[in-house]
Amino acid sequence: MPAIFPRWTNNIPIAIGLLAPLVGAGLIFVVWYWFSPSYTDVGYRPEQPVPYSHKLHAGDMGIDCRYCHNTVERAAHAAIPPTQTCMNCHEQVKTESLRLRKVRESYKTGEPIEWVRVHQLPDYAYFNHSPHVAAGVGCATCHGRVDKMEVVEMDQPLSMGWCLDCHRNPEPNLRPLDQVTNMNWDPTQEAYDPKRDPARKRQVNPPLHCSGCHR
Amino acid sequence: MSHYLPTTHEHDIDPVEGRMALVQGSPSFAEVTEAVVRPIEIPHKRWWIAFFISLSMLGVLGISLAVLLWEGVGVWGNNIPVGWGWPIVNFVFWVGIGHAGTLISAVLFLFRQKWRTSINRASEAMTIFAVICALLFPTIHVGRVWAIYWPLPLPNQMQMWPNFRSPLLWDVFAVSTYFTVSLLFWYVGLVPDIATMRDRAKTKIRKIAYGIFALGWRGSHRHWVNYEAAYLLLAAMATPLVLSVHSIVSFDFAVSQLPGWHTTIFPPYFVAGAIFSGFGMVLTLMIPLRAWFKLQHLITTKHLENMAKVILLTGSLVGYAYAMEFFIAWYSGNPYESFVFVNRAFGDYSWAYWIMVSCNVITPQFIWFKKIRRSAAALFVLSIFVNIGMWFERFVIVATSLHHDFLPSSWDYFSPTMWDVSLLIGSFGLFFTLFCLFLRYLPVIAIAELKSVMPQANPHYTAKPKRKRHVTKSAVGVVESREDDRGSDDGEVNAEVSESQSVKVVVSGANKKLDKKPSDEPTAEAAAEEDDASAEAEAEASGEDGSDEEDKG
Repeated sequence: MPAIFPRWTNNIPIAIGLLAPLVGAGLIFVVWYWFSPSYTDVGYRPEQPVPYSHKLHAGDMGIDCRYCHNTVERAAHAAIPPTQTCMNCHEQVKTESLRLRKVRESYKTGEPIEWVRVHQLPDYAYFNHSPHVAAGVGCATCHGRVDKMEVVEMDQPLSMGWCLDCHRNPEPNLRPLDQVTNMNWDPTQEAYDPKRDPARKRQVNPPLHCSGCHR
Repeated sequence: MSHYLPTTHEHDIDPVEGRMALVQGSPSFAEVTEAVVRPIEIPHKRWWIAFFISLSMLGVLGISLAVLLWEGVGVWGNNIPVGWGWPIVNFVFWVGIGHAGTLISAVLFLFRQKWRTSINRASEAMTIFAVICALLFPTIHVGRVWAIYWPLPLPNQMQMWPNFRSPLLWDVFAVSTYFTVSLLFWYVGLVPDIATMRDRAKTKIRKIAYGIFALGWRGSHRHWVNYEAAYLLLAAMATPLVLSVHSIVSFDFAVSQLPGWHTTIFPPYFVAGAIFSGFGMVLTLMIPLRAWFKLQHLITTKHLENMAKVILLTGSLVGYAYAMEFFIAWYSGNPYESFVFVNRAFGDYSWAYWIMVSCNVITPQFIWFKKIRRSAAALFVLSIFVNIGMWFERFVIVATSLHHDFLPSSWDYFSPTMWDVSLLIGSFGLFFTLFCLFLRYLPVIAIAELKSVMPQANPHYTAKPKRKRHVTKSAVGVVESREDDRGSDDGEVNAEVSESQSVKVVVSGANKKLDKKPSDEPTAEAAAEEDDASAEAEAEASGEDGSDEEDKG
């Protein structure tokens, strides 16, 4: 009977045996690296309907984060301000600016501006801003130096592993309770030990069990 | 060579071992190959009908899965006390069915139970397909199917790692190990037969396809030495899995603290039940198969009877376990435990409980009657009852313990929706479609292995003294028949038996009936040719089937 396959095909099984583990490891690496939030999400910078600059408002003019995101200390959600908050100033300032046309329109009609959400967690992760603020986690720790961003982008991956890194060892990410919204407070420069801070009534104890976040 | 027609009588004696021959009608090696391979090369109309029906049921699975993925697990009847519902019932049901394959292929192989060779290939295929169906259900039961790789210990940016203390995770490893080993075992056994298929292939596609999977098998002695070693090793690896897999499936229940689940009897009880249901399914598949493919001389009544006996044993063990659960519920003095069992037998699900008891405990007892266990039709009906009973067993375990747990305020009744039912039907579609494809492309009986239990392959086989080759000319061509393939008078076999087996043997091609006379004197010639005969037997068993080609002239 003539041979069906040429002689070199004998090498195929050996080649498969050698390559398969490499391909498997390669695939795992590809998913681990390129499919992860630190690759796919960090730097996400959607275009907003109004070219609002955090750099100008929070940075140069030094408006406190809580002036607009006013629910952050009390609620799970840090509120996106209504148009009325903008108009508190812009009824007096830059009343004719073309870039604010949509804001005035919204104020007149009552239709909210459709801001594009930047930081979005999955529905099954029950994140709550208020305990984090109460524990002294700075805004900049998770959102980056928003005061230097012309357009807001994601600074941190917000992946589960990233959450757990801090929940396992929170101290390096804590700051004095009155410095939470201070963008210029640099944890690398300041020597702060939350355990010796008399202002703290109790020490932080972040949950590590599943239902801490997945209720 | 024309198709070998099996004889209707079943009392051929193995001339060497002196007991009932495992292959009836004393066919030659070539005729065995022919009988097994023919349905693959020329598919029967019945195959197309069976395949079409299976494929339609597979379509039902596709639709149900699409609806499930689109709508979410809310389409099921699962509710809060009964969170496991039908998906887990079906999972345990299918995994259980998968057990007979390994038992037949590995355990019976190690115990040198030669009768396994006629049924091991199909049962192993059944195992693999049943485990595929089983794996489907936990996969979809997680709800977010796209996250199913989470139980695997892979590096990820969620820093999520499996909980190695959870029996649900042990399950992932137990079932996937079982699947891998079963698949390897099945494939290693298939290699010589795939080589036979390759050598017989007429079309180029078939030659290449079988050629790839035959791994260059030529049937050399070195090949056989390696093959035997690999097969034995895999059998040894698979044997503990027979016990471990369903033990671990039972841990899913037994390690929890729910009354009715938290029992030490669960592992052995589950293993017995799994083997029980597995053999039930083997009978359900094999009885029509041997009739449609005309394999009654290879899968004989003796085989069915042996399987029926296993069903009787394991069915009685399962019945004992049911009784023991009630005994312990009373003897332990635990009020929760006794409540659950009274509720199981007389509560909301008593209908399911009594279906289970009548199918699993009462039905197998009919096997005590010889008439029933030797009747293919009766066994077929019985095996269907076994399948139904074992499905209900899992339903009873899942539903009754969950629906009335510790907190009466959360008690609820579980009833399935149409999507639960359609998924179960669909899983049968998947199973039967795969099985039909197996019947279409792979030899349903392990040809090379079967030849090794035929008398011709036995080193003690003495060929007929009058060992001539009859060459007859016919319209088909030159047809050769060898007398040495048939029974001889070894001295151990009494004359009467020799008489009975010397009846007509249909010789292929020529359709000529040869009368073979029993002769009494073992001559020197025969002794001299003994070596020759066994060498020939080996050459043929190696899947080369050279004589086949010669026969066609």
